[in-house]
Amino acid sequence: MLNVVFLILSIALVLGTIRLIKGPSSADRTVALDTITTVISSLLVLVALFFKNNIYLDISLVFAALSFTSVIIIARYIEGSG
Amino acid sequence: MLMILKVIGYFLISIGAVFLFLGSLGLIRMPDLYNRIQAGTKATTLGALSTIIGVGLINPSWFLKTLIIALFIVMTNPIGSQTIARSSLKNGIKVSKLTTVNKYNEDILYNKSGDVNDSAL
Repeated sequence: MLNVVFLILSIALVLGTIRLIKGPSSADRTVALDTITTVISSLLVLVALFFKNNIYLDISLVFAALSFTSVIIIARYIEGSG
Repeated sequence: MLMILKVIGYFLISIGAVFLFLGSLGLIRMPDLYNRIQAGTKATTLGALSTIIGVGLINPSWFLKTLIIALFIVMTNPIGSQTIARSSLKNGIKVSKLTTVNKYNEDILYNKSGDVNDSAL
């Protein structure tokens, strides 16, 4: 059951990485980065269920906070530089 | 009771995985930056919310912590998408030719006499 979910989410990560590599503008790459980090953050919660280990939930929360900060900083930087 | 919670949890995880996949597919398929923002943040917000709450239902001792993660993602994901859309609008990235309604140019960018409204940006 969980193996199929992991397969679907890895295909989603590959699709996001394609857009991250070939996106025409840097805003496209930022959107792709936002999507990839959301997918990884929910993947970490599933890893916590898979290994029955509590620590991955904390890792997921910290990863979500750091990715939110990075997306905001990159978007403000694009807005300023043009 | 625990069995019912487990069934509901796996159902929610399946729905969330499908929505996360559709959001990433929309990043490839959509013609425009703004459409990609819609696909890449709204669908993945629902997918991540459903997946994380599903894990919390399967293992009820983790429910509070998963609720905190889900609330954090629900609060911060729209802020990120709005900031990206605002910065790309200020940089003048064009909408696609398929767009038929663009209220930003009519209502916000120009005021009633037809001049560019600087305070809107």
